[in-house]
Amino acid sequence: MASGVKPRVKVPKSAAAGSSITIKTLISHKMESGRRKDKQGNLIPRSIINRFTCEFNGQPVVEVAMEPSISTNPFFQFDAKVPESGEFKFTWYDDDGSVYEAAKSIEAT
Amino acid sequence: MELTRRDAMAIGACAVVATAVPFQASAATEAAMAFTGGAEPTEGGVTLTTPEIAENGNTVPIAVDAPGAVAIIIIAEGNPDPKTAEVAFGPMAGAQSISMRIRLAGTQNVVAIAKMADGSFVQASNAVKVTIGGCGG
Repeated sequence: MASGVKPRVKVPKSAAAGSSITIKTLISHKMESGRRKDKQGNLIPRSIINRFTCEFNGQPVVEVAMEPSISTNPFFQFDAKVPESGEFKFTWYDDDGSVYEAAKSIEAT
Repeated sequence: MELTRRDAMAIGACAVVATAVPFQASAATEAAMAFTGGAEPTEGGVTLTTPEIAENGNTVPIAVDAPGAVAIIIIAEGNPDPKTAEVAFGPMAGAQSISMRIRLAGTQNVVAIAKMADGSFVQASNAVKVTIGGCGG
């Protein structure tokens, strides 16, 4: 597992029912592309997060297949519908099999 | 002339780009073809926002907006691995748009191809000038 991986998610605490909100996610990860070399000239093996998903009450919002061209500390911003109160679940899948999760609940008013 | 570390890195990055150019175009085309299944995308219907000049190729902010799309692929044509991200929108997506930060190895075109709900494909392409490449060197 890559060290120091910390997911951060910004979701409003409440929203009007049926409206759409903006979500921002950031996860600290070095996203080693597999093309850089260390001081001895050896290739540093690839180690990235290769998939990100966001769900609201079990229904998919967005799913991203990520490649090495994604920057260090991957950031995503997207919009989601809020038809009812519920929970957003965010999941990141690492190359090494680690899974990082975050969840935020939102109240529909 | 004495080479500073920065010069050395710039030269290294250029060498990588120069040697990779002959097969890059085909790699980018392959990534696009794999997504569209051979269909020819039309222009328009998708908005790709990129900076005109990116000082640091390590983090280039981009945004794609494609109303009515079910999936979007982002391709950085000049990168060693052109395919950058493939985004699929679910039923709970509020808008078919996403912003992210990507790496660019050098000055190049960034292409976004969107698959619409009716199965057609649209694309947008922007040129981005990169001062310092973002793929190591």
